[in-house]
Amino acid sequence: MYLEICQKYAPEKDNLIYILHDIQDTHPQHYISEEAVQVVSEYLKVPPNHIFGVLTFYTMYSTKPRGKNIIRLCESPPCYIKGSENILRKLKTQLGVETGETTKDGLFTLELCACLGVCGNAPVMMVNNDVYGDLTEEKVEDILARIARGNQ
Amino acid sequence: MAKTVNIWIDGQALEVPDSMTIIEAADKHGIYIPRLCYHPDLPPTANCGVCVVEVAGNPAPKRACCTPVMEGMKITTNTKNLRSYRKTLVEMILSNHDVTCPTCAANNKCELQTLANNLNIDPDALPNILDKHPIDDSSLSIIRDVNKCIACGRCITVCNEVQTVYALTVTDRGIDSHVDTAFSRGMANSPCVNCGQCTVYCPTGALRERNDIDGVWEAILDPDKHVIVQEAPSIRVSLGEEFGMPFGSVTPKKMYAALRKIGFDSVMDTNFTADLTIIEEGTECVTKLKAGEKRPLITSCSPGWIKFMETYYPDLADCVSTAKSPMSMFGVLSKTYYAQEQKIDPAKIVSVAIMPCTAKKFEARRPEMRDSGFQDTDYVLTTRELIRMIKEAGVDFANIKEEEADEGMSFYTGAGTIFGATGGVMEAAIRSAYFLVTNTELPDLDIKAVRGLQGVKEATLNVPGFGDLRVAVAHGLSNARYVMDRVREGLATKGESPWHFIEIMACPGGCVGGGGQPYGNDIASRARRGLSLYEEDRSLPVRLSHHNPEVTRIYERFLGAPNSPLALQLLHTHYFKRSVNDGQITGEATHKHH
Repeated sequence: MYLEICQKYAPEKDNLIYILHDIQDTHPQHYISEEAVQVVSEYLKVPPNHIFGVLTFYTMYSTKPRGKNIIRLCESPPCYIKGSENILRKLKTQLGVETGETTKDGLFTLELCACLGVCGNAPVMMVNNDVYGDLTEEKVEDILARIARGNQ
Repeated sequence: MAKTVNIWIDGQALEVPDSMTIIEAADKHGIYIPRLCYHPDLPPTANCGVCVVEVAGNPAPKRACCTPVMEGMKITTNTKNLRSYRKTLVEMILSNHDVTCPTCAANNKCELQTLANNLNIDPDALPNILDKHPIDDSSLSIIRDVNKCIACGRCITVCNEVQTVYALTVTDRGIDSHVDTAFSRGMANSPCVNCGQCTVYCPTGALRERNDIDGVWEAILDPDKHVIVQEAPSIRVSLGEEFGMPFGSVTPKKMYAALRKIGFDSVMDTNFTADLTIIEEGTECVTKLKAGEKRPLITSCSPGWIKFMETYYPDLADCVSTAKSPMSMFGVLSKTYYAQEQKIDPAKIVSVAIMPCTAKKFEARRPEMRDSGFQDTDYVLTTRELIRMIKEAGVDFANIKEEEADEGMSFYTGAGTIFGATGGVMEAAIRSAYFLVTNTELPDLDIKAVRGLQGVKEATLNVPGFGDLRVAVAHGLSNARYVMDRVREGLATKGESPWHFIEIMACPGGCVGGGGQPYGNDIASRARRGLSLYEEDRSLPVRLSHHNPEVTRIYERFLGAPNSPLALQLLHTHYFKRSVNDGQITGEATHKHH
């Protein structure tokens, strides 16, 4: 499976990032496993330790299994000033997880991220590929409920 | 002739090659610029920022380690701004550092400690914000304490670029970034070959050898145990430097005296089994040469190289000599031949090896190194650990009266002693192989083509009755990779290796530059120690392994003949295949002799 993804790209080092994204996006748990790294390493002739360095440098990659939906709350200063801390507290209590953890039902993973580029609507978070701005605690509750329903 | 440029450092006019960086130019002319991550043996990474200097016409300071010199450059190394900049950097490093200097393995050798002292740093200038991480003590050889890591990146450079082992990397980013193995599996579950070059280049105590001193003291102080000790060739040219003697002093007899003073019951010498290795490996080589073998014979003494070969070149494992290393030959013989000769129950023998090497700790614990019926070598101490033991025992090494080793497994020739320098095993082997093929002695014993610190050395020797013997010597594993790739390619395309006989040592410079050698183990000191071994070789009465009387005796009284069934059983080994992901065994690469 991993090799098939690799083979969509030429075996050149420049393609490392694209291959890793592809592997992560097609994995039901949205992560890159040790086994995947071994396959990529052999395909691109890049040592596994180097790939691990790349994986941990970029926050968009995960080396641990994640939930079906990934929440990324912005922790940059504009969102912080507009109360992202309260939003984070709300997300944690609502989901019953700490930052970086996945809910028991496997529906949500909570992460922090750097600026999402929509500071005018701070505080902001992304769930999968959708951006949600002008967050309030009530809005968060709504969004989570809607996504949970959609996943039933 | 290289182009030169004119520069001024602190007002001093200098003419330097245009290929230099500012720090290289300053070092060459004895001008010291404070530095932390820079090391002259390694390409600069510019991680720490301590080596900043002011260059006229530039608004911001420049890092001297990675700024090339340019015509007319006016450089200032000591200004109020630079001093405050450097101080702040070191204060910030210390605020995220486990400051436990007195008990740290690197105490008095630590480059951070020295720099902080030199720059008049107040260790409490900033509050300590260190978030303590667990120590990685999974490896039999190397302990990694990330709390003492300053993220200079030298270990990563040496592991990935000099050794091409690919065990260590930088993970995460910003304040969280740190050195780790892939998937944080720990050194024991990485492709680490235990060479220990990371411990040599680490400026602090973040990387160090596993400390086995306590076990050795316990054995020494146990009246029921008979503790026998062997010392590798390079140890005798490395101890003096730590005890105020001139660098490269040749001190085998002070070494024997110090070991006896510490309390070892029997003081022998690895150089004896180095000579024995030459006979076993030389016989193997000559047998191969006479049979017209197209695959080369490659030396097997260096345990870092062996694990590297098992990981990256298992398809060529059959080319590697089956002879065990001199250390492991000594280990197995200490519990068989020696026990028999001395009428000592081998169960009571504790066999200790003093090695310049961290990988030897791993080799000693390999399950195949139990041919005596026991673990053949019980403890391996690095040169650094022996130095600590000598100091702990209060032995005045520089002034101790010289003593001889005990007899039986200690006599050595010049050929045995040069094992400690790159090219030495090759030279020793050629001296004896020449005799084994031609039945006459080599006219000139100094084979200079295989000496020195060039990464890959090649030579062709005419051996009457055989023809041209083509040899290669590589030290440092990136050089080993170059040689092995050419062997692989030669076998695949032409059906034969470019060389008949190849020596490979994992560490740059050979064992004198081993991962267990005293701190400050740079290329220049490796070269100096190597020269001392060649000086000792010239000074010894016997310079040929096949004329070692104790080697002759062990064949007469115990082993029978070179490569005899008993010799093959005790002195030879076999190899495994290992995963490049976690270094674990995935199968056999060769089989044990039966």
